[in-house]
Amino acid sequence: MEVKDFLSMLSNGNGISGFEYRIKDTIIDAFREYSDEIEVDRLGNIIALKKGTGNGKIKIMIAAHMDEIGLMVKAIENNGFLRFTSIGGIDPRTILGQEVMVHGKDSILGVVGSKPPHLQTSEEQKKTIQMEDMIIDLGFTKERVSEIVEIGDTITINRKMIDLLNNRVSGKAMDDRAGLASLYELLKMLHEINHFADIYIVATVQEEVTMSGAFTSSYRVNPDIGIAVDVGFGATPELAKSDSLELGEGPGITLGGNIHPGLRKKLIEVSKEFNIKTQMDVDAGPTGTDARAIQITREGIPALVVSIPLRYMHTSVEVLDLDDVFTTAKLLAFYINSIKNEDELEALLCY
Amino acid sequence: MLLKKLTEASGLSGNEKEVRDIIINEIKAYVDDIKTDKIGNLIVHKKGKNAGKKLMIAAHMDEIGLLVKDIDSKGLLKFMTVGGIDKRILVSKVVYVGEKKIPGVIGAKPIHLQKKDESSKVLDLDELYIDIGAKSLEDAEKYVKVGDYVSFATEYEEFGDGFIKTKAIDDRVGCALLIDLIKSDLDVEFYGAFTVMEEVGLVGAGPAAYSIEPDYALILEGTLCYEMPELESHLIPTKLGGGPAISIIDRTTIYNAPFREWIVKIAEKNNIPFQYRKTNMGGNDSGRIHTSGAGCITAGISVPTRYIHSPSSVMSKKDYDNSLVLLRAILEEYKEGKF
Repeated sequence: MEVKDFLSMLSNGNGISGFEYRIKDTIIDAFREYSDEIEVDRLGNIIALKKGTGNGKIKIMIAAHMDEIGLMVKAIENNGFLRFTSIGGIDPRTILGQEVMVHGKDSILGVVGSKPPHLQTSEEQKKTIQMEDMIIDLGFTKERVSEIVEIGDTITINRKMIDLLNNRVSGKAMDDRAGLASLYELLKMLHEINHFADIYIVATVQEEVTMSGAFTSSYRVNPDIGIAVDVGFGATPELAKSDSLELGEGPGITLGGNIHPGLRKKLIEVSKEFNIKTQMDVDAGPTGTDARAIQITREGIPALVVSIPLRYMHTSVEVLDLDDVFTTAKLLAFYINSIKNEDELEALLCY
Repeated sequence: MLLKKLTEASGLSGNEKEVRDIIINEIKAYVDDIKTDKIGNLIVHKKGKNAGKKLMIAAHMDEIGLLVKDIDSKGLLKFMTVGGIDKRILVSKVVYVGEKKIPGVIGAKPIHLQKKDESSKVLDLDELYIDIGAKSLEDAEKYVKVGDYVSFATEYEEFGDGFIKTKAIDDRVGCALLIDLIKSDLDVEFYGAFTVMEEVGLVGAGPAAYSIEPDYALILEGTLCYEMPELESHLIPTKLGGGPAISIIDRTTIYNAPFREWIVKIAEKNNIPFQYRKTNMGGNDSGRIHTSGAGCITAGISVPTRYIHSPSSVMSKKDYDNSLVLLRAILEEYKEGKF
């Protein structure tokens, strides 16, 4: 399968935090072909192993999260409209006027509405509409709705990935399905190159809420190095240059407290040696990625963060450049290939 | 399917060609005369029985949307609105730009980087733009240009209990009804007017009525419908599934009461569900038609439309069918001169 087709399946699929089982088979089916072993842990993390030549003397875990932000049914009104809340960080301004899929017994279409503009006072019109003032219209009576939908059912935006110009695509849940697409490409590449380390490719659950998946999977794998592959803020006019990454210019490599300096130095060296485009990303404290959890698992695990530039993060029209997905995979493959034995790793990890 | 074809087509005010061409294709075999007038209205004449009074049936072709007004150095498109759009519904939507329908998205600042309370602030048009994936101004200009019209990338879909979700129900639903009347086997004479630029100030309707010079006119529309649970019933103008909405008053017309009552009697006599449009908000082509020339008597008949003027509006198939049944019954009585 082409990486782009895989990304499209993931973006169009649904699995908000805590409900990743809805997307897991798509990932397992894709990863299985290129893995020596694959398993799903108690929290739902998918852990795929591609063995290296070193008989497990070095273990590298590379994680991307499979959950997405979304909505959840809170109440069914007498006229059949739904009230809802959000799971993960959602700007309510991005929800108004959307089409949604409500995942009850069946997945059914709905439209998000609110009090119409001309019934709002001029003061109200100047304000944004809060999520508690919106409804979802399913086109059914309460009786029919209650046969299909229950409180606690999940809701995602009804969006299909589309092609923009220049190998760029737009869709929902690119955070962090773009990371998973990169890991899929990496798994393919690992069949073409020699590597000493055993590589654990992990699709984690619940990054958007508690990072619980990263905690338990890194505990189980107990790697020497943990790398989170996530998305970074793509440059747009409203963002400061220092806060953002240019699309198409390669992944951001984070520097800061969450990151092991020796491992990072080596990653930069590899990118330079093989002429792989990367960008500087500075984050002083714990990052908003799985690496934050990985770093403090067990007695501590040296961590890295590699970020695919993504515009309009946490909207349903996130935009990325597929070139960055491939560049990220390539960088990781060369990095893995560059760690030849335990002594070399020891030297990298030395403070 | 006609309504799918009509609503998925792009036809913003002043740029109705794509819609007009679809309509011409649909009806040309069923009319005795067809012409596009000097400002783009499509006017047709269907001969048949009449009672010595000229009848005009009007629906507007245009829809609300956006218009590209600038392209910045990064290749992002700045835009203005065409017609009444609540800017709050633009965020996080997919659009098509220009005749080639280049896909683009209207994004927003990530919530992670927003200052406290920033998400309670309405994003102004100046802060929004369309991203088509271009890397620079030069790159963007290969595909789009200033002056390109932008429509929502909404697909027609049926859902719920006989509901339809699509864009531009206002007023492609009126166009569809008028097309169905033109194609029908009723032996009755009338003039059909598919008007331009209703959404930007009822522009096309006046000249259309001027050239037709009708005695009576029926204006077919998609109209306001909202049924939020907290609203008291007097604030709910129409109900979805309640049948065609008959206008009493709006911002542009106080509708002729005897003509309205005549229509209501036809509905009652034929057991056709109907409702009154219980608001004075909004307006339509009737505003210009009833004051055109020496004046004419108008009635407004509308299909209730939830989330009107937003990317995804909702209507009921039952309301469409009942509107058509009512219109046919009206024409049957009209040709016998029973008014």
